[in-house]
Amino acid sequence: MNQPETAGRPVLALADASKSFGAVRALQGVSLELFAGEAHALAGENGAGKSTLIKMLAGVHRPDAGSVLIDGEPVVFHGPSDARDAGIAVIYQEPTLFPDLTVAENIFMGRQPRRSLGRVDHKAVHAATAALISRLGVDLDPGQPCRGLSIADQQIVEIAKALSFDARVLIMDEPTAALTGAEVARLFGVVRTLREQGAAVLFISHRLEEIFGLCQRVTTLRDGRWIASEPVEGLTHDDLIRRMVGRDLDELYPKQDAEVGEVALSVRRLTREGVFTDVSFDVRRGEIVGLAGLVGAGRSEVARAVFGVDRWDAGEVEVGGRPLPTGAPSLAMAAGIALVPEDRRAQGLVMDMSIERNIGLTGLRASSRAGLMNRAHERSRALDWAVRLQVKYARLGDLVGTLSGGNQQKVVLAKWLATAPDVLIVDEPTRGIDVGTKAEVHRLLSQLAADGVAVLMISSDLPEILGMADRVLVMHEGRIAAEIPRAEATEQSVMAAATGVAAGGKAA
Amino acid sequence: MTTTVEPVKLAPDGQRSGQLLDRVLKMRELAILVVLVVMLAATQISNSAFLSHQGIEDLLLNATILVLVAVGEAVVVITRNVDLSVGSVLGISAFAAGTYLHGGGNPLVAVLIAVGIGVVFGALNGLLVSIGQVPALVVTLGTLYIIRGIDSIWVGSREITANDLPGGFITFGHDGLGPIPYLAILAALVLAGVGYYMSNYRSGRELYALGSSPEAARLAGVQVRRRILAAYVACGALAGLAGALYLARFGNVDSGTGSGYELTVVSAVVVGGVAFTGGSGSVYGVALGAMLLTSINSVLPSIGVSSVWVLAIDGILLLLAIAVDRVVALRVANVLRKRAAEARSAHHG
Repeated sequence: MNQPETAGRPVLALADASKSFGAVRALQGVSLELFAGEAHALAGENGAGKSTLIKMLAGVHRPDAGSVLIDGEPVVFHGPSDARDAGIAVIYQEPTLFPDLTVAENIFMGRQPRRSLGRVDHKAVHAATAALISRLGVDLDPGQPCRGLSIADQQIVEIAKALSFDARVLIMDEPTAALTGAEVARLFGVVRTLREQGAAVLFISHRLEEIFGLCQRVTTLRDGRWIASEPVEGLTHDDLIRRMVGRDLDELYPKQDAEVGEVALSVRRLTREGVFTDVSFDVRRGEIVGLAGLVGAGRSEVARAVFGVDRWDAGEVEVGGRPLPTGAPSLAMAAGIALVPEDRRAQGLVMDMSIERNIGLTGLRASSRAGLMNRAHERSRALDWAVRLQVKYARLGDLVGTLSGGNQQKVVLAKWLATAPDVLIVDEPTRGIDVGTKAEVHRLLSQLAADGVAVLMISSDLPEILGMADRVLVMHEGRIAAEIPRAEATEQSVMAAATGVAAGGKAA
Repeated sequence: MTTTVEPVKLAPDGQRSGQLLDRVLKMRELAILVVLVVMLAATQISNSAFLSHQGIEDLLLNATILVLVAVGEAVVVITRNVDLSVGSVLGISAFAAGTYLHGGGNPLVAVLIAVGIGVVFGALNGLLVSIGQVPALVVTLGTLYIIRGIDSIWVGSREITANDLPGGFITFGHDGLGPIPYLAILAALVLAGVGYYMSNYRSGRELYALGSSPEAARLAGVQVRRRILAAYVACGALAGLAGALYLARFGNVDSGTGSGYELTVVSAVVVGGVAFTGGSGSVYGVALGAMLLTSINSVLPSIGVSSVWVLAIDGILLLLAIAVDRVVALRVANVLRKRAAEARSAHHG
């Protein structure tokens, strides 16, 4: 592929932009230039500020300082529709669709072709959608409601939406996270064509090989700051990782050797129809088992089923040799399982309650007598764990919502560690938290394993999996695709299994 | 653009599952219609005087006012909001129209006054909900009491009776084309208009969109506040219109008129298949729901059941409707989940 023209004015640029949310400084003095006919990668760890940057370009957030420039002219977006009218299409990580409406309506909402008297021309909407879908080379019924579409199909709808208004700038926030190999290849084909036709593309992905395969330039962010903007050519994977992480990996993943004991959690042929199938694994005391896979592979769903949040259709779960009934989180807790969920704001914490009360939620029975709460006990229990995990707070009575992401995550961990679990399941334990806290969480997990806790760690962060896990289980489309011992686990071997490439493809 | 990509079959039975969902949704309206028809037919069989000229006229007249208010309410509920003040709006606009007519006013202007009052209160609700970002349930509960309070202070112990009204207005409220009252024709026209608007205009579709996913609607550039405001204004206007028709039909209005009506209206909306979570259902279903609820009032006496049962049966219908919706939703989700799994394994297996 020939190197495209990058001379001239950037189509879309961000100049020295900053944005804070309350006390959290999400972005500080970040600049970015997108040129027509160029695919630009945005690299950075989770929580580096990539999503905030995108939302600024999309008109969702307005920068506190600095400006957005279109064709060199500063503009102010008052809302997403302004950005869209300026020819900027954004495909978000999680598709934002109307589940009750059809594919066609989703694509043309607010922009439907009209016939006489301003009426929506349903036939034209349908035909235009069919044309877009066939242009993307997929088979999807324009008249189908979006409820029930797979993530991959929803993504296709989002891309069709962007194509529908001939966007000059296409921003894609981890569009490939939930796609299979064939779907990724198809997407890249479409993106390349758009780029060759003169569109500017901003592409975000955690898969380095995608950045190197698709993009010409890369901008790296770390902890909300701009680190570098440079051509991809001549850059190595290690260079890029160093810019993203900013420190040596070993320091970030302080893995201790622990004595591996008896099986604490045993999962046998667990199946939830249409979600995951025939999942079997063991987690032993003292062991950290990594559960890797693409978004949507069914990892969190397995964790939820083991903990009893969702029911399973077949199979069994044993904790310490005792079978667990399906669909009973309170029994799972009593058996010694703790689950630190993926979404701490929605599932892990009650944001409008204090730190103390949040930690207290898992110990309501322990802290009460004859149905009355012993507030002193609740407080000392919370204090104990908040101090042990070095949560940074002013008072225990502060609302959890006022803490930073990293400290919120520590509160969730405190809440569950206070139950003294034998089996700890952590789902994306370091998503969206700063690098320093990340290392602390890793040290904590390592320490817990050394103390004999069986840890099952779900993570989309490959270096984290590779750095922390004694064994890596890889899920692909609802099944365990591979089990890789620590010594053999590499980015290639895990990704190959996660994307369904024939087993052992490039394993080291 | 020409991408040289092989067509990949992502969902082999996308077509089929689409039709399946479609059928289920259409069935929802069909189901109410069937229940309604069966009920009326059964009553007719046990009491052959039921569907007489007068009987049909009564059925339609009884349904008219509820249909109008419920259609307005449905527009609001589709946006994932609710308007509890419709009963109060109906009462105060009916009295205002009556007072104006008592003073010798023009009936058409009286109707416009009633609609205008509805628009004003609808706009108040809409502004509070959309700009104040306060939950609709609380806001409209507040305006329910405020409007009723204003009504009580203004009306006091006065009342409007048929004697205060011009004869033509009362006649309009009772006559019709054959057994079909003018009021029902008016309600049917409004229903058709709103239904057509909801499915054929961008702004109508946007009401569904923002009820289905407010976040996605915002990202798609839907002017959320303006649309919510418009939905409340429409709901208020229809409640006002219903107030004027109430006056024409009953000729009798006092400070308690329309009190508690909001609960009947909400029941009709839910029985009619508009989900409280927004984004689905249709005003046609709601109109059928309203007819079903009002018909029960006529059916029970005709088959010799005491009318004390009416409320309990309304409640049972409501719970049945919700239960059916829930079961259908779960079943559809299940089917789709299994389909997706089959499609995946067929494609990659």
